[in-house]
Amino acid sequence: MISAVKEKALAAKTSKTKKMSGAEMVIEALVEQGIDTIFGYPGGAVLPIYDALFQQNKVKHILCRHEQGAAHAAEGYARSTGKTGVVLVTSGPGATNAVTGLTDALLDSIPLVCITGQVPTFLIGNDAFQEADTTGITRPCTKHNYLVKDVNDLSNILHEAFHISGSGRPGPVVIDLPKDVQFAEGNYINKANAITHMYQPQTEPDMMAIEEAVRLIANAKKPIFYTGGGVINAGPKASKDLTEFVKKTGHPITSTLMGLGAFPAHEEQWLGMLGMHGTYEANWAMHDCDVMVCIGARFDDRITGDIAKFSPKSKKIHIDIDPSSINKIVSVDLPIVADAGSAITAMLKIWKDKKYKVNQDALNRWWSKIDEWRSVNCLSYKNSDTIIKPQFALERLRHHLSKQKKDVFITTEVGQHQMWAAQFLPFDKPNHWMTSGGLGTMGYGLPAAIGTQLGNPDGLVIDVAGEASILMNIQEMSTAVQYNLPVKIFILNNQWMGMVRQWQELLHGERYSQSYTESLPDFVKLAEAYGGVGLRADTPDELDGVIEQMLKTDKVTIVDVRTCQSENCFPMIPSGKAHNEMILAADADKFDKKLV
Amino acid sequence: MVVKGKKQSISVYGDGPGDRAIERHTLSVLVDNEPGVLARVIGLFSGRGYNIESLTVAETNKELNQSRMTIIAVGTPAVIDQIRHQLERLVPVHRVNDLTEEGDHVERELALVKVVGTDEKRIEALRSANIFRARVVDSTQESFVFEVTGSADKVNAFIDLMIPLGMVNVSRTGSAAISRGPDKM
Ligand SMILES: Cc1ncc(C[n+]2csc(CCOP(=O)(O)OP(=O)(O)O)c2C)c(N)n1
Ligand SMILES: [Mg+2]
Repeated sequence: MISAVKEKALAAKTSKTKKMSGAEMVIEALVEQGIDTIFGYPGGAVLPIYDALFQQNKVKHILCRHEQGAAHAAEGYARSTGKTGVVLVTSGPGATNAVTGLTDALLDSIPLVCITGQVPTFLIGNDAFQEADTTGITRPCTKHNYLVKDVNDLSNILHEAFHISGSGRPGPVVIDLPKDVQFAEGNYINKANAITHMYQPQTEPDMMAIEEAVRLIANAKKPIFYTGGGVINAGPKASKDLTEFVKKTGHPITSTLMGLGAFPAHEEQWLGMLGMHGTYEANWAMHDCDVMVCIGARFDDRITGDIAKFSPKSKKIHIDIDPSSINKIVSVDLPIVADAGSAITAMLKIWKDKKYKVNQDALNRWWSKIDEWRSVNCLSYKNSDTIIKPQFALERLRHHLSKQKKDVFITTEVGQHQMWAAQFLPFDKPNHWMTSGGLGTMGYGLPAAIGTQLGNPDGLVIDVAGEASILMNIQEMSTAVQYNLPVKIFILNNQWMGMVRQWQELLHGERYSQSYTESLPDFVKLAEAYGGVGLRADTPDELDGVIEQMLKTDKVTIVDVRTCQSENCFPMIPSGKAHNEMILAADADKFDKKLV
Repeated sequence: MVVKGKKQSISVYGDGPGDRAIERHTLSVLVDNEPGVLARVIGLFSGRGYNIESLTVAETNKELNQSRMTIIAVGTPAVIDQIRHQLERLVPVHRVNDLTEEGDHVERELALVKVVGTDEKRIEALRSANIFRARVVDSTQESFVFEVTGSADKVNAFIDLMIPLGMVNVSRTGSAAISRGPDKM
């Protein structure tokens, strides 16, 4: 239902509108919104839309093999292209299967518009076949959702959905569309005439606060930039300006898992990722800093560790587009509600205009402290001639990728391999790293790689996977084969749910309850069965050859890298501990394993 | 954030907020009067574990199709702040005012109180009702229904008084609130 005012305004515009069916409106709105690729799975309650899809060629539909896969594919597409991802699924099981993808997109702020079919309006509430209360189920896992009951509301809702999904802090929006509304004829309001201004989040920063922030940054003795996914979401210019600004200050910078790539990892000022499996230098610098500049990150518990001991001596500046993120977990000294890009650009401009200089002596002292932490070499590991260490496999992958001419995109599943990928692969550009951060969804990586490859046909897309996670959406191999998507699945196969095993070893008295992955398939044969390529590396000396082969294939390829089964991912801040209580590979044995 | 007396935590997520001061705030929330808006607000409170003491809602502007909700929420100052921001994130929510924070406001609740009894108790009930300016809206030989309005405290006091005098049932609206003075909000 729309307000009387809105209705009147819309009525005034209907003279200029076209008549069409609800299903046709969906296509028309997608085209107007610049969407040429959508991900979905058909079913009874969306057949009118599939019929309309069949009769046009402006929007390409990618048939995934599971609605969760479709949602993650749309996420990968969105994150790697900066566009909105679109998902189309049927009612009931189609909608419930998409819920994990929607929740993932909500937690990682990915713009998605998901259209779900619904039973006809006159059957809603009757437990009709394949009826589910989709708006009820998805209310807490979407930024907003709609149940459309009148076809004349549909086009405006479609345009508003894109507006809401992509503006402010991005997120998923569900439009639940009963079948009779898809068939019904109504007035189509085009994008230009649609009324979407009701939702207008603040994006421009308070300039007084920005001036104050720049002053604090310039006068800091032990500064650190701590950036997150918000910088990526703000678009490539935000990353570019961030890089310029941080270079101008000469300050150290770290980022969250979601923020990797906003600042080039090859730069001296880059300290690596922070948090539970972040680097020693990043976490210590966070702990000891005197000014923390948090941009587009949200003080997640995987970042802060023990809140009471989190960076106790610092003045904290927090720039975020979502006011509810500010002071939610950590109380900050200078809150700035703004789009990360607008805020960074503004800070850079003031820095230049006012010719700010840093306190170079203090900064030098801070850097020599940081260099001490760096010399700990926290990512070092004991290599082996006989067994493939997962870190070594990634170092070899990094080596081969550095010679690649293609644009390289990395996705991951969830577990140790994800953390190692974040630690060992170099991320130099935004939108080239797709991982499930907030929700930690196993099964994200393959469909996300598919979406990424579709959005970047000339790119090289690699899913760094674990053998357990990959099985969660393995059916998407079929999708990759159908659309000739040569994504590479680099499985660090330790035959364990490694991250679970690690916690059980360190925190649960080495009782390995249900974390061994029994009865694994033969991944080489599995790849071949789907029509892809399967490769295997059993020993360290086989790695280079296998990686070279993988990079040459033009089909979806699984590489089964048989790694050390007992390797743990370090550094690690055990949950609830402080940044300076991190454990390193070297002192893992001294770790009190009785702590639970 | 201040955490008092933190011990080694059993949970990997650390301890909860502990014994920090709990406050009671009255929030006035302007929303689009559309299906699902109440569910969104209620879902927010249950999903994020916020405590609600009372919630009232009714349409207040037919032309704009808007309703006003009055929510009494309890929590630490940080939680109350979060509640306000989280409410503001909801798309159909236009405005959230923390009346407790913003200064003087009037808060009123209405209760219908049914008292059954004869003789002394009945007379006493009527006398007390008079003192509280409660109106009799229904009466039989052996019962009264009183309508009482006022702050939640006043309503509570009236109910406490009526219990020993034969109160058998009560229905309350929850608080409605508005700021004092000429300010629009
Ligand atoms: C859908 C889902 N279920 C359960 C978990 C909990 N979990 C986190 S990591 C992990 C193990 C992953 O194993 P694998 O994919 O082999 O990766 P590894 O840690 O061995 O690298 C599990 C079960 C999760 N993150 N997602
Ligand atoms: Mg594994």
